[in-house]
Amino acid sequence: MELAVSKIKFGTVIDHINAGKALLVLRILGIRPGSSERVLIAMNVPSKKMGKKDIVKVEGKYIGEEELNRIALISPNATINLIEDYEVSEKRRVKLPEVVEGILTCPNKNCITNSREPIKSKFHVKKEGNTVKVVCHYCGRKVDKLDKYVI
Amino acid sequence: MRHLISIEDLKKSDIEYILDLSEKFLPVAEGKIVRKDLEGKLLANLFFEPSTRTRMSFEVAMKRLGGEVINMTAQEASSVAKGETLADTIKVVSKYADVIVLRHPLEGAARFASEHSEVPLINAGDGAGQHPTQTLLDLYTIRKESKLENLKIALMGDLKYSRTVHSLIKALALFKAKIFLISPPSLALPEEILENLDTCVEITSLDEVIGEIDVLYVTRIQKERFPDEEEYLKVAGSYKIDCEILKKAKDNLVVMHPLPRVDEIDVSVDKTPYAKYFQQAFYGVPVRMAILYELLRG
Repeated sequence: MELAVSKIKFGTVIDHINAGKALLVLRILGIRPGSSERVLIAMNVPSKKMGKKDIVKVEGKYIGEEELNRIALISPNATINLIEDYEVSEKRRVKLPEVVEGILTCPNKNCITNSREPIKSKFHVKKEGNTVKVVCHYCGRKVDKLDKYVI
Repeated sequence: MRHLISIEDLKKSDIEYILDLSEKFLPVAEGKIVRKDLEGKLLANLFFEPSTRTRMSFEVAMKRLGGEVINMTAQEASSVAKGETLADTIKVVSKYADVIVLRHPLEGAARFASEHSEVPLINAGDGAGQHPTQTLLDLYTIRKESKLENLKIALMGDLKYSRTVHSLIKALALFKAKIFLISPPSLALPEEILENLDTCVEITSLDEVIGEIDVLYVTRIQKERFPDEEEYLKVAGSYKIDCEILKKAKDNLVVMHPLPRVDEIDVSVDKTPYAKYFQQAFYGVPVRMAILYELLRG
């Protein structure tokens, strides 16, 4: 099969992202309009395991483990390949973090994290079956369907 | 640094310890014994929302143990009206006082404030969130006037929005109470409160259980939860306790209410031996004494 996106010389490849979630992955990694990273994105490409999947390649940068693990919130089966000189130097799965700070917004409008206080959102992460849920550290609100709340 | 933010931060043994300590402070709360355990200590009441019983009972508890109290009750009169953040207010006040009691309209405010406090902070209610001292005084009342083990309790009224009920259910589950829920369908307990609770919960009507329950915990049904006055009156009228319904009750039934009440309990019930809601409000004093003593003893 023809490659949907070209190989990178060195950097980070996030593979097996749930189809359609690549742009959310970029948000989670803090890659926004105006960011300087060289990024390749493939969305809804065929996958043997998943039917369809997304891929994100960030060239010239090894993204830290903690940052990458946040991807598990929206795509728990994503895999990480660190690339060195066009070869995979390390391969692993994302691991669900226990706590995430500053990447989700609390849907409770009356939560202190949605006020003008100097505060970052903080959630405790739980996996119930195949669903990832989080609980607001401050107001206790339980949240699923996390896609909607990525900052 | 220890704070009291949520009843869920406490284990069953912690709760029992506080209740035992409250029992020791009961004669002090009643004015029968004078103690000075908290002499030289200063409590700051920071109430960003109105409160009568909670604020006053903290004040009484502190003073009966020889401590002193400063109050910030009128939001307009403080820097808050000028736009100061809660974080800054707490940083300043925690330099003035030895313990802070906070009521705030936003959920999670107390946990956030505790992260900025140099002294123990007690949550006296944060929005629709937690009010742990209310839960502890409810548990103390149940233990004192009835029993905590093998308890059968009915919770009646607004079970959807009442923070008191949500916290109490979680605490009662630790004691394996059998809980009956009685509410209009529109004010039923949210499903998520029942998640992971290891206790027996049943939805029913008061008529069905009045003869077997040990405690009837009544909460206020608020007018603003209904689309119109007529609907409110219809629902509120059918969730009212009077002497007629209590005829079928066990002799030692205990009727509780976090107060203020509006029409949920007819005043004629006040004179019956079932009525414990004013006693319940008083028990806030020994329970808050126990909490203050525990947090301030260093």
